[in-house]
Amino acid sequence: MSSNKKYWKSVEELNENSSIVETLKQNEFVAEIPTDEFLGDKDTLESTSTSRRDFLKYVGFSTAAASLAACEGPVKKSIPYVVQPQEIIPGVANYYATTIADGFDFASVLVKTREGRPIKIENNGLAATNGSANARVNASVLGLYDSLRVQGPKKGGESISWNTFDAETTQKLNELKGANKRIVLLTQTFASPSTSKLIAQFTEKYGNVQHVAYDAVSESAALDAFQAKYGTRGLANYDFSKAMTIVSVGADFLGDWQGGGFDAGYSKNRIPQHGKMSRHIQFESNMSLSGANADKRVPLTPTQQKIALAKLHSHIVGGTVSGNLPEHVEKAVQSAAAQLKNAGSAGVVITGIQDVNAQTVVLEINERLASEAFDTKNVIKTRQGSDKEVSQLVADLKAGQVAAVIMAGVNPLYTLPNASEFAEGLKKAELSIAFSMKEDETSSEAQYIAAAPHYLESWGDVEFKSGHFALTQPTIRPLFDTRQFQEALLKWTGNDISYNDYIKQVWNASILNGGSFNQALHDGQFVTNVAEEETASEGAETPASNAAASLAASAKSNGLELAFYTKTGMGDGQQANNPWLQEFPDPISRASWDNYLTVSKADADALGLANTHVATGALNGSYAKVTVGSTTLTVPVLIQPGQAKGSVGLSFGYGRTRGLKEEMQTGVNAYALYQGFNNVQTVTVEAAAGEHEFACVQLHNTLMGRGDILKETTLEIFNTKDKKHWNAVPVVSLNHEETPVTSPDVDLWDEFDRSIGHHFNLSIDLNACTGCGACVIACHAENNVPVVGKTEVRRSRDMHWLRIDRYYSSDETFEGDDAKKEGFSGLFGDNGSLGGFGEMEHPSDNPQVAFQPVMCQHCNHAPCETVCPVAATSHGRQGQNHMAYNRCVGTRYCANNCPYKVRRFNWFLYNGNDEFDYHMNDDLGRMVLNPDVVVRSRGVMEKCSMCIQMTQKTILDAKRDGRVIKDGEFQTACSAACSSGAMVFGDINDKESKVAKLKEDNRMYHLLEHVGTKPNVQYQTKVRNTTEA
Amino acid sequence: MRKVTHRTLSKNVLGLSLSILLLFTASLSAQGGDPAKGKSLFNANCAACHQLDKKMTGPALRNVEQRLADDEGLDKQWLYDWIHNSAGVIKSGDAYANKVYNEYGGAAMTAFPQLSEEDIDNILAYTAEEKKEAPAAATAVATQSTSDSSGISNELILGALAILFLLLALGLYLVNKTLRRFAEAQNIELAEATKRTPLWKAFIQNQFLMLVMAIFLLLSSAYFVYGYLMQVGVDQGYQPVQPIHFSHKIHAGDNGIDCKYCHSSARVSKTSGIPSVNVCMNCHKSIYEYNGETSAEYSKEFYDGEIKKVYKAAGWDDAEQKYTGETQPIKWVRIHNLPDFVYFNHSQHVSVAGVECQTCHGPVEEMEVLYQHAPLTMGWCIDCHRTTNVKVEDNAYYEKIHEELSKKYGVEKLTAAQMGGLECGKCHY
Repeated sequence: MSSNKKYWKSVEELNENSSIVETLKQNEFVAEIPTDEFLGDKDTLESTSTSRRDFLKYVGFSTAAASLAACEGPVKKSIPYVVQPQEIIPGVANYYATTIADGFDFASVLVKTREGRPIKIENNGLAATNGSANARVNASVLGLYDSLRVQGPKKGGESISWNTFDAETTQKLNELKGANKRIVLLTQTFASPSTSKLIAQFTEKYGNVQHVAYDAVSESAALDAFQAKYGTRGLANYDFSKAMTIVSVGADFLGDWQGGGFDAGYSKNRIPQHGKMSRHIQFESNMSLSGANADKRVPLTPTQQKIALAKLHSHIVGGTVSGNLPEHVEKAVQSAAAQLKNAGSAGVVITGIQDVNAQTVVLEINERLASEAFDTKNVIKTRQGSDKEVSQLVADLKAGQVAAVIMAGVNPLYTLPNASEFAEGLKKAELSIAFSMKEDETSSEAQYIAAAPHYLESWGDVEFKSGHFALTQPTIRPLFDTRQFQEALLKWTGNDISYNDYIKQVWNASILNGGSFNQALHDGQFVTNVAEEETASEGAETPASNAAASLAASAKSNGLELAFYTKTGMGDGQQANNPWLQEFPDPISRASWDNYLTVSKADADALGLANTHVATGALNGSYAKVTVGSTTLTVPVLIQPGQAKGSVGLSFGYGRTRGLKEEMQTGVNAYALYQGFNNVQTVTVEAAAGEHEFACVQLHNTLMGRGDILKETTLEIFNTKDKKHWNAVPVVSLNHEETPVTSPDVDLWDEFDRSIGHHFNLSIDLNACTGCGACVIACHAENNVPVVGKTEVRRSRDMHWLRIDRYYSSDETFEGDDAKKEGFSGLFGDNGSLGGFGEMEHPSDNPQVAFQPVMCQHCNHAPCETVCPVAATSHGRQGQNHMAYNRCVGTRYCANNCPYKVRRFNWFLYNGNDEFDYHMNDDLGRMVLNPDVVVRSRGVMEKCSMCIQMTQKTILDAKRDGRVIKDGEFQTACSAACSSGAMVFGDINDKESKVAKLKEDNRMYHLLEHVGTKPNVQYQTKVRNTTEA
Repeated sequence: MRKVTHRTLSKNVLGLSLSILLLFTASLSAQGGDPAKGKSLFNANCAACHQLDKKMTGPALRNVEQRLADDEGLDKQWLYDWIHNSAGVIKSGDAYANKVYNEYGGAAMTAFPQLSEEDIDNILAYTAEEKKEAPAAATAVATQSTSDSSGISNELILGALAILFLLLALGLYLVNKTLRRFAEAQNIELAEATKRTPLWKAFIQNQFLMLVMAIFLLLSSAYFVYGYLMQVGVDQGYQPVQPIHFSHKIHAGDNGIDCKYCHSSARVSKTSGIPSVNVCMNCHKSIYEYNGETSAEYSKEFYDGEIKKVYKAAGWDDAEQKYTGETQPIKWVRIHNLPDFVYFNHSQHVSVAGVECQTCHGPVEEMEVLYQHAPLTMGWCIDCHRTTNVKVEDNAYYEKIHEELSKKYGVEKLTAAQMGGLECGKCHY
């Protein structure tokens, strides 16, 4: 069952005559060493002035010079503290709990600091909510060391002192107050009790003050709907660990939908236990993470989604709605409704349609189901923006009615569709101040740039959900002369205490209820039941009385629909200058350093758009002109399997132009088309001239015909059939008898006794893995993995030690097609075979998706070790495949011989090299490096070490304390970052450990078991819950 | 030379008799206090905060009894009360007590109720002793001159021998010349040496010898080249000049300070840590001068100057006995430089294995100027791992693994290598 499915990584592989796939199968290093380029050309070779003898002279001279230079060792200085802080011991890491709240990502995290420098973000295990860091939060530590940060306050481009800033701005504010002119605070969503209080005090002092919260990617419709129904402005909270049937209509809840952070709960029920797992049905247009994880995915255009949601409502709640859907969708909606009703309170419906009626419909359905996963008490507070207020503000600014604009944590000139109007209005304001870490699009247009600190240098507090509070504390002294927005508010209101003390006052007075502030600071979070003060926005839209009917009635499409989305790596674009995130391959498209228009194969053919692969396997795509109203963007096109016909997708977060390095200025700015903050726009798309070069890793390292790398089955088969049907161990013939490859009799090598001491194994559950990529960035940060840049990624030279492979496979089985074929009658007509065969789905129209994190498999019988001529890679008793970088001479034999393609070669010196202007070429950016791991040099092979520095640290600590190591103490960067529980790391010689039990699990298999490498990384077979009803 | 020693001796005798005389006079006023006993009591109880001639945490105490009586009109009973319970005296509203209390930053002197009046008398007798002049300079000169004379004699003998050989050679040549002249004069036919092929030519013509020679030359040059290359990057004996002449000999040797007092992070961290200046000041707040052995190169003045450098770094005003806040971090030159690709953890060797610091760092307690003792090459590490047994006693971590592994290898005690200490990945990551 598991191996007769055809998997593919890119559409190209489905083309039987593709030469490129064949080439890739044959070559490990796709780019040949270009010897012909300089040796093949006879004329140049002959006309060259450097003779062979000269060449040898140069070589001899440089060798001699190099060895002479090497004789003199540099003098290294060691400068200790004058007074060493008690909590700092050089060489020992400290951990602090803090909270990121940048307006888009809200998470409670642990920060690892070494010698006073934050170097890594980890999940906060003590946190009750939002305790897991996604890829962006993991990468946020690099933002602290961004060389382009504003280093002090500025006025009109000139540096000024904070005293000047205070004097001038306070005077101006007082003037405005005297004239009773309007002051506007335009901020991100802070969700901070103390900041709200400060803003209230500021308002009190300066009179005509308005606070406008602005979310770059709006959730306004959901907020409005919730406010209309429950009175308070917030978002309903969902706990997917209580849901067994999940129906999502256009909501990428494993991505950034309503603030994200739902994946940990979701994954809990994805692992089949006692024969049961949750069922997830997704109706969506773009292929999202959620759709990729769904058991059943129905591609629908945004308009169709509205009708589908309305119909779902009518099936469950009652009432009739108009609108037509294709037959198979109609069926799917009915089936989904039936399953939801069956599930009752274990069912839940969510939607990402930015429409008050749609959001209301969902609230109604969940109420009717009495869904346990649906929580209206602990309301999510991390989105508070109001579209209406922002639109009104832009209009007022333009009309010159706003005298002062103070902005914090927002970048409206980049994120507003009508940015030019805002810019025009900003010039009319008498006072404009932008609190910003960068000279970005907005702050460089404001009169004053108030240099803001990074969150790792700031104080703060957040209310994630009502009653769930968190604290932000500085983990390093501010690197630059910066001041946070709240400190400035304190100054302006004439309050002399520090913001730290202010938070303490607020917490002691209204939050802690006598609890300890220090304990809360230590834990990072504090959960309490506080009396909820109702917050409401006046500018909220109200839903129609019969929301479902109006929703269905409003669903009218004319032409192609563009659905915006946020990428797992880039989010809303705040961290666009973060090279880790730029190089992070999108989990679905596997493209890095870009955004693009995702188009279905059918639409692409119709519009004359194409993707081609060049000889090296790199992807090229045509450009398309995308027009919304009067705005036109030229966007590269990527043909996305699973994209709903009639819809296209484009991600936010790219196309930044100010405050970031040239290399990071990638993609196009989708916000320009985000009119009316509506995440669906009707567009016209036409092909444009030119070809775009993508840095897409999807075709790197093909399957080489080894389809059994991924094993999957259905819940039904899993429950009813024996293991050998769905997870058979491959067999070979020994004396004409079938012998499993795991038997020592058929092994080429003698077994080494690993029963003594530790033996590490990593288990990866393909059911729990959502493909979120937090592990990829965590690995990057822990292991000093270099960023190589777009052109190098395009040459298949990405350095990620851990990649998450994404496999497509054809929709379920071919039974549906067979049934359809039986039903053909005649050539023409509705049931005619001529049209029917054409309609029969092309496999790429709606593929199933599986994610598979792959890193070095740490084979006990490793093929790489035997071919190394200098014994640079060898095996440890604890199961890890070691790599001695200083021994490696760079023959790359090991990479050729690795069946899993996990070895990475340093083609260049990435550290301290200005050709790679990312973060390792300046002193500030290098501060993020982990001092326990070597920075590799040019010409050296590297790969996943199973975080040997972490396992060794655990062992060494236990030895020093003289104690036995408990299960769970051993971690790798990826397993520690995995909040969904997909990655479990531990010692299999400890029979009670989780990973030892997982090794005995029926679902366990090894990658390419028939090769006989005996890996120490195990996978758990993916089980899909395809059971309808 | 003898004269010098003699002079020193006489000076010492003079000093001694003088002090006895003084002692006698002092004891008159101290009513029979014993300055020798007083000295040991002073060092045990008072020296942490007081010195005889220098203001420290507390005031200088030379002739304190006399001074109090003369300047303040305070009698010995006041001193007894003060030493037994200074806080009480301050509380009672005593004017001078409060003045001193305020002058020294409002820190009351520790009460010493355990000191009897007799003890205090002894201490006061010690404080009443006259200040002595240190005879250090003279001894230094003496040692210098001894070492010099032995150095010259060796050279002289060699020189004389060389001249002797030269004379001998000259003599032989002259004899030969004269004999030839005689022979010529008497017409004696000297047997001409038959024209033979010179030795070097014969050597060249002998191909076998040439081959052997060539092989020998190649091998020996290879040996030397190899030896040269292998020492590239090995800095054994590296002894840089440090910004402050810190003598490990004085600290760890003479005074027996534990290495881990200053290098405290060696117990818990991968790095042993260079102590921050405040650690120096723990002791040097009260040790402002050097009173130990000196040499011509390193005199007392030199050492005292180095202590001043510490004060400068720490921002310590010795005269005012307070911190100025103007600090200057010390830029030490790092001696032990492991390459970036090696992970070494001090705490594992120091705390877990109980390895003495000297095992790798050599006789640090004898080093006036610190140098790199060990080659710090991988071969050196591995040799030790091969031969050193793992210290498993009283360590719950090792219990199971040691029992199983020692059974497997059939040994009583496991070496670090058998425990896996030779695996590449244990140190290279």
